Formats: sequence, C-alpha cells, structure tokens
Amino acid sequence: MADLRSSIAGITAPNPFWLASAPPTDKAYNVRRAFQAGWGGVVWKTLGEDPAVVNVSSRYGALLDANRQLLGFNNIELITDRPLDLNLQEITEVKRDWPDRALVVSLMARMEEAAWVGLVKRIEETGADGVELNLGCPHGMCERGMGSAIGQVPELVEQVTRWVKGATRMPVIVKLTPNITNILWSAEAAKRGGANAVSLINTINSIATVDLDLMAPTPTVDGKGTHGGYCGPAVKPIALNMVAEIGRNHVTADVPLSGIGGIGNWRDAAEFLALGAVNVQVCTAAMVHGFRIVGPMIDGLSQWMDDKGYRRLDDFIGAALGNVVDWNSLNMNFSAKAVIDQDLCIDCGRCHIACEDTSHQAIRVVAEGGKRRFEVIDQECVGCNLCFHVCPVPRCITMRSEDNGLPAMTWTQDPRNPLRAASA
Amino acid sequence: MNAVAHQSAPQSLNADLTPPLSALQAMVESARCLYCFEPACVSACPTGIDIPGFIRRIADGNVAGAGRTILSENILGGTCARVCPTEILCQQACVRNTGEERPVAIGRLQRFATDALMGKGGHPFIRAAESGKAVAIVGAGPAGLACAHRLSLLGHRVDIFEARPKPGGLSEYGLAAYKMADDFAQRETSFILALGGIAVHYGRTLGETLDLDALSADYNAVFLAVGLGNPRPLGIAGDDLAGVEDALAFIEKIRQGVAAPILGRVIVIGGGNTAVDAAIQALCLGAGEVVMAYRRGAAQMGATAWEQQLALTRGVIIKPWLAPKRIVGEDGRVEAVQFERTILADGVFLSTGEVIEVPADLVLTAIGQGLRADDLAGLAIDGGRIVVDNRYQTGRPGVFAGGDCIKSGLDLTVQAVEDGKRAAQAIDRFIRN
Repeated sequence: MADLRSSIAGITAPNPFWLASAPPTDKAYNVRRAFQAGWGGVVWKTLGEDPAVVNVSSRYGALLDANRQLLGFNNIELITDRPLDLNLQEITEVKRDWPDRALVVSLMARMEEAAWVGLVKRIEETGADGVELNLGCPHGMCERGMGSAIGQVPELVEQVTRWVKGATRMPVIVKLTPNITNILWSAEAAKRGGANAVSLINTINSIATVDLDLMAPTPTVDGKGTHGGYCGPAVKPIALNMVAEIGRNHVTADVPLSGIGGIGNWRDAAEFLALGAVNVQVCTAAMVHGFRIVGPMIDGLSQWMDDKGYRRLDDFIGAALGNVVDWNSLNMNFSAKAVIDQDLCIDCGRCHIACEDTSHQAIRVVAEGGKRRFEVIDQECVGCNLCFHVCPVPRCITMRSEDNGLPAMTWTQDPRNPLRAASA
Repeated sequence: MNAVAHQSAPQSLNADLTPPLSALQAMVESARCLYCFEPACVSACPTGIDIPGFIRRIADGNVAGAGRTILSENILGGTCARVCPTEILCQQACVRNTGEERPVAIGRLQRFATDALMGKGGHPFIRAAESGKAVAIVGAGPAGLACAHRLSLLGHRVDIFEARPKPGGLSEYGLAAYKMADDFAQRETSFILALGGIAVHYGRTLGETLDLDALSADYNAVFLAVGLGNPRPLGIAGDDLAGVEDALAFIEKIRQGVAAPILGRVIVIGGGNTAVDAAIQALCLGAGEVVMAYRRGAAQMGATAWEQQLALTRGVIIKPWLAPKRIVGEDGRVEAVQFERTILADGVFLSTGEVIEVPADLVLTAIGQGLRADDLAGLAIDGGRIVVDNRYQTGRPGVFAGGDCIKSGLDLTVQAVEDGKRAAQAIDRFIRN
C-alpha cells in the first residue's frame, strides 16, 4: 500500500485530501463528520472580526450538463456568520479530539495590522496547526475592502502576510485569488511577505446562469443577483495552469503549494500533485456527494500509486512540471496523426463532421456494405486531436506519433520564424 | 427486447402498453443520443424524421420544437411513436447498440415530444396560400390523413371520403387497444384536421356511394388510400364454422368497445403483428388459453422478435411449424383445429404428415388482407396491390394511390404516412402543371 502521508509547511496529515475553507467546514458538527469520513485535514471556514457577517438566501448557482451532472458551481456566501468565540471554542475542541488531522483556520480582516494580528492571536490559542489568509473571496467581502480586494494588489498581499507572520509562530498559508492578470505577482508577493505556503485557486468571478423568467442572474435574492465565486470541475484547468505557473517560476518554485479547484476524484488530485502541489483542497465534490467522497479519492490515489510503483507522494509530486514549457519550446517537427480503430467505430460520424466543418477535412466517409467507414487522410491530418475528443468511444481514435525523420526544432530555431534567434 | 420486461401484463384492455416517459426519463434518455452525423436511424425511418435533431431539442428543453421536428416529416408521429416496430427500424440502427446493446429509446422520446406538442393545443403548422385546387382522397387512414395534411399545407383544399363512421383506418380499427390507449387515433385525427382546409365525409364507400369517374371529374386529382379491406380466407374445410373469425374484425370490436368476454380456448392462426395483437387481447378478454399457431418457424414470423417476446411474457403459447389443415366442429360450431406439422428442409418448407389437433372455442385468423379490387374501376392490379409509378400515380392520369393498397415497402403505419406525404408532393406538382 502506498504511503499517503502528506505534509505542507510542517503541517502533517494522514493523506493529502483536505476540505477547503467553505460551507462544509463552518462548524464542529461538519468537521467531525469529515474527519470520521477520513479527510486528512480541513481549513476551517473563514473567521472574521465580530460582529459576524449576515448571509443571504439563496446562495448557490450551478452549471449543469444535460443529465444534471454538476460542471460548475457558484456561490455568494460570505465568511462564517457565527460568532468568533463560538468558532474558536469549537476549533479548540475538534483539534483536541483529532490530533492526527490537519486543522488550519482561514481568516480575513480589513487592511489594518491590528485586525489581522488580533484575529491570529486568538486563533493561535486554539491549538490549530496553521492559518490560511483568505485574500481571494471575490464577492461581498471585497466590497468591504477584504478578500480579493487585498489579494488583487500584490503590495497588500505582501503586507498582510508580513503582519501575520510577525504575529504568530504558526505556519501561514496565503490563499490566492485567480481574479488577476498574472498569478505570479501575488504568489511572489506572498513569498516576499514570508508565507510558508500558498494555496490556490480561490473562486473565480462568475454569473452561473441567467434565470430567463426572472431575467436575473442566479442565485437570485428577491429578484436580483450578484456575481459570485465559481468553482467545481469546470475551473480545474484554470487552477492547474496557475499551479504550474508558480511551480515553474524560479522565484516561487520553492514555495509549498496546496492545490484547489475542481478536484472531484483521485485523478484530479494526482494531476495537481504531478504539477507540484503537495496536497489538495476539495469543496464542491463534498458539497455534491457528502464527505464519503473522500473514500474513493483515497483508495483511487493509493491504487494508482501502487500500480505505478510510487511508494510515497514525493515520488511523483512535481513529476509533470518539467514538461510544462512555453509554447516556443515545443518541437515544431513533431507530427501526430489520428488513427481510427475500425473495430471499435460505432458509425456515429462525429469525427467526420467535426473535422469536415471546423478543422482540416481530414476524415473521409467511405460507404462500405451499408455501413460507413471513416478514414483519416494522413496528408490532411494536422494531428489536432479534435476527432479524438469528440469520439464517444474510448480508445477508438488514438493519436499516433509519426517518425518523420526530422530533428527536434523549437520555434526559436525554426527558419519560418521571422524573429528567430541565432541558430542554436 | 430489453423493453419488454419492464411492463407487467395490461390490467385492462386499454392500459397503455408502454407508458409515457417522465420528464426525468426523457432528460436522461435524450442525453444518451450522440447527435450522430447523417445517422442510420434516420435512414431507417421510412419518413426520414430528423431523429438526432428532435432528441437534441428535448435535451435542450425545447420539447415543442422537438414535436414540430417530428411532425414536419411525419404528421402521424404520435401514432408511429406508439406502434412502430422501432426494434427493426430506427432503434435497430442506433449506434448505441454497438458496444452497449441498448439503443436510445427513440420511440418513447418521440411520444414524449409529440404528446407535449399536441398537449399545448392548437396546430403547429400554417397552410400556404389557397391554390384554388381541390383533391379527393378516398380513405381516412394514415396514408389518407398524411396526404390530406400535406396537400392542405401546400394550399390545396381536400375532401376525404371515408367508408367507416370514424377516421383513422387501422389506427382506429385495427391496432391493439393497449398500443393506442386513451382514444389516441381520434385525438390525433382532430389534431391533424385542425390545420384546416380538410373536410371528411363519412359513410362513402368506393363502388357503392362513391364513383372514381365522378371524383376524377370533380377534383383536380384523386388519391386512393383504401387500404386492404378484404380479410384473406383460410380456404380450408370448416373455415365457415361459427367461432371462426377474422382477427381484424375481432380487434375492431375491442377498439369500438363492443367485444364480449371470452371463455375458453383461443387459437390465433398467423404469425404477424396482428396475430400478436389479437392473441394478447384475447387473454385480456378472459380467454383461458391462447395459442398462436404459425405454419413456419419463429424466424419467419412477420411479428418482430419484440412482439413475439411480448406475446410470450403475456402468456400466449406460440406454436410454430403448424400449418392449418381443417377446422372441425359440431353443430356448426368450432371445436378444434387440425394442423400438419411442418419442417424446413434444405430451404423448403415441407409437411411431415403428422396431424395435430388443438382444441378451440374461438379461432381467429390473421393471415393477411387483400385489396377490395372489385370497386377500383379497372386500375391495374399486381400481386394484389394497385400498380403505381414512382410518383404514386396509377395508370389513370390524376389518380394516385398509396398506403397498404400499393406495394411500397413494409406494411406499416409509418410507410403509409410516407406514401401519403410523397404522394401529396407528387400531386402538388401534377396539379400545378
């Protein structure tokens, strides 16, 4: 059995699956159930100064597929709406009862040192393992100068991190907002401020859907709506990219990273770890399925590691990072062609019409005994992968790399590049 | 065949065999459609309904649009959704069969969409400007109604002459009640006629109260959709005994609510879908035992494998390889049928000479129908059907024919609808020239 023990900024957990700061981690009742279900750690829902905020009804929007499977999720909930003392008392009790699990506390405050320091001192008394600075909440709190209002300004990220680091012995994780132009600016600012780790992504500014009867964005609150924070499976590609950007930037490469964004199964988690995250945080999947979803996640990751011969997480953390390069470092001479397995083909024609209408007219239809046969025209195929993705049958269309005898050559070396550097 | 098992036996004659899909079922099922490009399901539909197009509209929440998409090619899409042997047509061609062995439930989705559209009230199509032309149609069955609707849509005025007191043809008189529950044939006809431009005249029979020469003279064109009105006789000794009945006449009584309960044993002779319809309904009416006897094997039966399975799960005893030889009775009433056992040897069906007697209180014959050719005023007949050219025109200019009375494809409602539709297009070209 693979060893799933995980550690970030000195905070240890029996597995890399944490619950992110969000509604599932709002109170002791939920967190205890989560630990019972097997979650390795939780980040307690963001605390703020009293008086506690007030939340509205309703709070969630969703992007669903034709089968009502959730693709994306959006919320307009604010931070905890319970009194600070109650949260702190519960955190103390839960940590006491679950010493082997990671319990990190999220917090946010206005842009004043005393506010941050005051909160962090109170949190430290609970025995929590660390704090996560919520510099990312993109709705509501930012209108009050908190959350992403701070996270979008690198100087403020650095300042807040420094204040908190100066006030506590606890590890400090800075949670980054994706609602910026370049994630590296805030990641570097967090590092300059002394962050022990960063976590990302927080939610993305979004309107989930428009209710065409109410003519209002969802979720609607008495006929009106506001932009909310987007998460769930649809945001994973955005998160993966930002995680990779931080990992391959030499300034931030050594900052431990907690991956967040659309993780719904073990494979998603493995992808984040492969790009350098040392653990992952989950919210939407738990909100859709309940805490039990961690069971298949743990089991799947463990099975895959056993199959691959990885004994511990470190064996593959960051393993894919070296293969993430800039576009102009790709091999211009590489060539792949689509190959259709005629035995698996079910005659749906999707590859043909996709290629014919929107790509390179590289899949022809040949009538063959009442059935159609779809044939790749190798000279026309640019190896774009479109047919591979639209084919409904797994492994029916594969991409075969072609040995064209040409040496590897990047765009910077390519004679077709008018701005190419001197030949390498 | 997978769809058979989910039904229990009809509680009554009129219980819906295949209940309508719920909105949830339709959502899940429509999402299974791969939206194939120029797919085989469409080519397998005699009326060429844009199947991926209508299913995509269901998935998109545009159920009325789905219904319009269906009805634009097949105005009797509601009936076809209920009675089509989809297992040998669209669903047999569904690519989901390959690999999953479970096609998209196209028929049930079609019913979901057409029910929803018809439930909205009104009529979804608008007639073209009046052409000033008029067409006579003989027969208000599926072919006649489909032709009338399309002609009216194209701007022509239509008079339908129907021998019976009600429209619908076999939809009203000849299909199992459990397939056409809730008076669907009449509801559908009303929906079709709501287009306008179509008048139906009942009790008008060709050769009796209707004359082809007069119709030809009075109208710009005539469309014959007279179906096959003559039950084919068994032609064996004893077929005139009391208790020997034509299966279609038997079904007609059920459909018109005048069937008597059945006590005792029933033999249905024949292997088509009508035989199955009659056999299952005989059980519903109380028959103690129903035997469906067919002179060849199950593979040669006209009834699809799905229909045969349906009959078996309802308790019908299917006895293949029995050719009827003699009906025996006493006091003029049937008591048994004597069959000769048959075999298939080297591709030839042979009698073994072995005689088997099966007792019966009622014998229903379902061995097909023939044209009532005596009233067709000299039109050319071949193989028992009216001869038409590829534009549905008979040898007599301006007189067209379609549906079961011609040989165009499978003897199915959906084929009759296609005949009516295409004949209307041909008639439109004919009368505008």
